[in-house]
Amino acid sequence: MKKLIIAATFGIFVGLVALTPLSATASGPSIALDNANNDLSDKESLKKGFKTYINYCLGCHQLQYQRYNRTFTDLGIEEADGIANYMYTGDKVGGHILNSMPKKEAASWFGSAPPDLTLEARLRSPDWIYTYLRSFHIDESRPFGVNNTVFKDVGMPHVLQDLQGVSTIDEHGKLSPAMGGTLTAEEYDVVVRDLTNFLEYVGEPNKLERKALGYWVLAFLFFFFILSYFLKKEYWKDVH
Amino acid sequence: MLMKLFTDFMGWIDKRLPVTDAWNKHLAQYPAPKNFNFWYFFGSLAMLVLVNQILTGIWLTMNYEPSGDGAFASIEYIMRDVDFGWLLRYMHSTGASAFFVVVYMHMMRGLMYGSYQKPRELLWIFGMLIFLVLMAEAFMGYLLPWGNMSYWGAQVIISLFGAVPIIGDDLTLWIRGDYVISGATLNRFFALHVIAMPLVLVILVFLHILALHEVGSNNPEGIDIKKPKGSVKPEELSKFTFHKQYSEKYDIVDAVPFHPYYSVKDIMGVAGFLFLFCWVMFFAPEGGGYFMEAPNFTPANGLKTPEHIAPVWYFGPFYTILRVVPDKLLGAVAMFGAIVMLFALPWFDRGTVKSVRYRSKLHLVNLIQFAICFVVLGALGTMPATPTANLIGVIASFGYFGFFIALWFYSKNENTKPVPERIAD
Repeated sequence: MKKLIIAATFGIFVGLVALTPLSATASGPSIALDNANNDLSDKESLKKGFKTYINYCLGCHQLQYQRYNRTFTDLGIEEADGIANYMYTGDKVGGHILNSMPKKEAASWFGSAPPDLTLEARLRSPDWIYTYLRSFHIDESRPFGVNNTVFKDVGMPHVLQDLQGVSTIDEHGKLSPAMGGTLTAEEYDVVVRDLTNFLEYVGEPNKLERKALGYWVLAFLFFFFILSYFLKKEYWKDVH
Repeated sequence: MLMKLFTDFMGWIDKRLPVTDAWNKHLAQYPAPKNFNFWYFFGSLAMLVLVNQILTGIWLTMNYEPSGDGAFASIEYIMRDVDFGWLLRYMHSTGASAFFVVVYMHMMRGLMYGSYQKPRELLWIFGMLIFLVLMAEAFMGYLLPWGNMSYWGAQVIISLFGAVPIIGDDLTLWIRGDYVISGATLNRFFALHVIAMPLVLVILVFLHILALHEVGSNNPEGIDIKKPKGSVKPEELSKFTFHKQYSEKYDIVDAVPFHPYYSVKDIMGVAGFLFLFCWVMFFAPEGGGYFMEAPNFTPANGLKTPEHIAPVWYFGPFYTILRVVPDKLLGAVAMFGAIVMLFALPWFDRGTVKSVRYRSKLHLVNLIQFAICFVVLGALGTMPATPTANLIGVIASFGYFGFFIALWFYSKNENTKPVPERIAD
């Protein structure tokens, strides 16, 4: 009887786990995403990603919850260096990473105002960002002449076109290699990976700290569990 | 010297407030059956999570801004600018899900060992009230981050009240305090979430424990450890001293004082639980998108519906029951009915044997099918509604309600096994 109950409970958990991927794919995107393979502990990559963001993205997309000086500290950028090379908007170093695009007008330029990207990596996942930025193709029917296979009919132009060039799409939905950019396909992937890396960092600046602390806490709890097990055994000796 | 100071101090207190007596009555001399198993950890764990929610909640409140304009940004402020704010927030959000894991296990324990049966009906009712208030508390708390799933989840649930005939529209308006979910709704949910509900919750937990200690704890064997006074040979009595409130009325057998025996055992349970809890909290605080749903990382937007609105996982079973009924009003009735059934469980079960160990095979099968249906309903609640999912949902709903109906029929004349007099070693 006891074993039956344990078996039933176990069965329930297995069932639960087995059902999980079902629901994950059911609500997930229809297109297969490439693995971004980015590394949050790679500060050089984060710095390059930050630079790319400032140069190409910030004009339209704010990071309204993230501060400049916090970013400098986390990425290992000296404050003077940061102010000189990463701050073009005249903001205070302790201020949030904002732009001056008027929201109302922006909405009429692009169809909808460009969203804030602080939490984009948590909203859509790093893999999504990595794939999205590599999936623009020519589509003359769109206002900016490009469309995207990951985000169909997106209002955004291909901002990184001078780096990547642009692809064409065939009738099977397959993208051709991009033509006319200043970077090779491999170099472009690295730029996008660094940018993705930076956005994952900005989404949760404490992620590495969280995990580092987590190992210590788990190690402590493991020993605490062993200790409490022997304490319990000692006390219960006179009952059994 | 120090010891004497302490005894004098406690003597002074005890003359004015029965602190030592209460300590003995409820902890150091409370008779607990000696055979509690794994399933008996979840009561103390629920208490632990409640304390976690209250403490982290207080500190979150210090930096949270309950307004339509400021709520979302203040959460990110907590995540980035408040020292260890991210830890407080994850402790609270993971704690919400952990609370339901623990409470569902605690309820399952009650079902398995018949802990709801006479004389523990009121104890069960208090437990169910706690569950109900906990659901309200969690629902209101989920609106506070003011993410897009917060918004649309609340939209779906509040609109349920619109199904009430005649007063439905006025009722939803009254709940929201506005024609749409807005800052007004957020503010009242905040007030209820941080004051009203926790207060009720703490009072109910207090009553739950008082009622438990009045009737005494059940155990996996479902055997009463309190025998009529004078019916047990002195050498067979429990060797421990129990509070006179229990030992004057009964002969107590096969019991140990809760403290230190179960306090040290529960510490072990706490350590094991915290290990799993911290694993999720430090390495997967989003719980694979189940504890924190991805659309909640974008602010509430009344014009942008998420692709697939799913309630948080712990509402899944009840949400599925709502969804599989084609009519909105009847669906809401079925959903609330599912909870009413649980309340009425002590009266559905007409049996006298408590533990599943000594009940019929039929009861065991019924219990297992119920647990499976509950989990299936929960899983379906987080998935988009497809015809197949709907069909499975209907079957599982029948399984859910069927548990109670079948129980009522077979429990009157159930083919049970003989229950031993005493708990075996």
